[in-house]
Amino acid sequence: MIKVGADAIAEKGWLAAYKWLILRRAAQFGILALFLLGPLAGVWIVKGNLTYSLTLGVLPLTDPYVTLQSLVTGHVPEKMGLIGAGIVLVFYFLVGGRSFCAWVCPINPVTDAAGWIRRRLNIRGGAQLSRATRYWILVTTLLVSVLTGSIAWEWINPVSMLHRGLFFGVGAGWMIVLAVFLFDIFVTKNGWCGRLCPVGAFYSLLGRWSQVRVSATKRTACNDCMDCFEVCPEPQVIKPGLKGGGVRGPVILAANCTNCGRCIDVCSKDVFNFGLRFNNPLENGAQATPQSAAGNK
Amino acid sequence: MSPDRPTRPDSTAQASLKRRQFILDSAKMACGVGMLGLGLGFYAKQAKALPPLALRPPGAIAEADFVGACIRCGLCVRDCPYNILGLAKPESPVATGTPFFTARALPCEMCEDIPCVKACPTGALDHGLTDISDSRMGLATLVDHETCLNFLGLRCDVCYRVCPVIDKAITLDVIPNTRTGRHAMFLPTVHSDACTGCGKCEKAGVLEEAAIRVLPPKLAKGELSKTYRIGWEEKKAAGHSLIDESKMVDLPDRLPEGMTLPNHYDPGSVVPPVSEAAPSAVPPTPPGMSGSFVPGTPPALGKIGSSPRVPSTPPGLGGAR
Repeated sequence: MIKVGADAIAEKGWLAAYKWLILRRAAQFGILALFLLGPLAGVWIVKGNLTYSLTLGVLPLTDPYVTLQSLVTGHVPEKMGLIGAGIVLVFYFLVGGRSFCAWVCPINPVTDAAGWIRRRLNIRGGAQLSRATRYWILVTTLLVSVLTGSIAWEWINPVSMLHRGLFFGVGAGWMIVLAVFLFDIFVTKNGWCGRLCPVGAFYSLLGRWSQVRVSATKRTACNDCMDCFEVCPEPQVIKPGLKGGGVRGPVILAANCTNCGRCIDVCSKDVFNFGLRFNNPLENGAQATPQSAAGNK
Repeated sequence: MSPDRPTRPDSTAQASLKRRQFILDSAKMACGVGMLGLGLGFYAKQAKALPPLALRPPGAIAEADFVGACIRCGLCVRDCPYNILGLAKPESPVATGTPFFTARALPCEMCEDIPCVKACPTGALDHGLTDISDSRMGLATLVDHETCLNFLGLRCDVCYRVCPVIDKAITLDVIPNTRTGRHAMFLPTVHSDACTGCGKCEKAGVLEEAAIRVLPPKLAKGELSKTYRIGWEEKKAAGHSLIDESKMVDLPDRLPEGMTLPNHYDPGSVVPPVSEAAPSAVPPTPPGMSGSFVPGTPPALGKIGSSPRVPSTPPGLGGAR
């Protein structure tokens, strides 16, 4: 079996073949480090956790999905909570909701590790789970919130449990994280993030019209090595942009693209790049325009 | 199937297979997600009950609303200068990720500026709370009279002395010590109108297990029926009695056979004036009972073995029997 991305490493060099992955890990662990500075070193740049944080005492950031669940129980948060939710909503509306999943979520390194192990051990198959399941879970959590008057998903949410746990004491929360890890290795490929997690489902709806998108700008150069499909956590999103020549533009419009940029890394032909949603010309591939024209369509 | 588009039998079969698959998949999804929702709902209902010794920070709204309002960010925990608060871990009986403290371990220090409430971004801690002495985190309750040292006649007084609202939330009520016959007992008495539930008394309690504990008010307080009126309080509030006391029915007091209580006021037991009226023994008539009757010896309290008991006419019924 040929290692996924081997071509890209040979062609572009190791650093270029891992560029976005490295940046992404830096963002994920950088954010964790910022949160950890307070409890570990007493340097309080950020207080709180992913459901709500206060940066430098002025910037509130609130999880809009948690806020929505709270709203449907009939509670209206205080001003700071609402402002924080507004900022996060606008941000992910622009950069792509599921950018949260790839760049911020602390569960992502866990499920990425599970996916890596799965590829390494060549574990195939597993339980069939529709990628739409997460939306049903999303609706269910809102329903349960209404019916029980409590923020339903927060009872078991592995994302906040891990993130909160790192700064406030994880307790038995690590068992839930372990369960997610094992589930992704043995039960279903990309099982948690790609099929079950309602947080990601919420963010994907939020990023439905996001501006920042991955684009297969040089799709004519594609040599069908399939490496991008192999590394992509949501491989179904690639095809329309990459293979829709003549019918569709090169931009990957599917809301479930997490903007992780791994496809950009592993492509030895540099087919993919980050771009803007509306820079999506139909017959663009033939001339392989550079990314410079971003914005002015 | 439209007649102008003849379909080959195998494609019909395929369509039917697809439809079948779709229905099966949908059913699977509905079942799975339904089970999850059900489990989550039951878990939420179960876990919503706060264990009695876990106390919410000052200003926390009612527990049933709290779990829908608190987003588990921990800002109150961070801004508590005494590090009293913690966020519940998944295995604890308190709703996962929500803030609480345990008085016996670390009580609330009742900061005047209430930083935990100010930090709360959701109002799960009510920002309307600006005076910490208005907070009601719980209610101190002297749960055990058998081990409370003051109830044993000693002068422990610790709960009383550490109370931040001393002499209002906890007072020492003095009663005679009947065991020694010559000492007083100073009984710690909690007043719910002043107790904030900070837990200092429980923390300071000197026993192995504190005899005074901060409990949720729901557990600690009785509740009068909504229609119940306490007469003397109503009278105080209105400035006068709410009833026409001249028409009040006083029932005869029952005393042991043959007993007499000199100067005992008992208008209900008055027999109509017979012979030996003793004006000197007659107590002054209370207001509203303006001398329409003459109190006398209650039946069966006069001479032993006298005439059969004649029930007296209660005042206000005007003898119309």
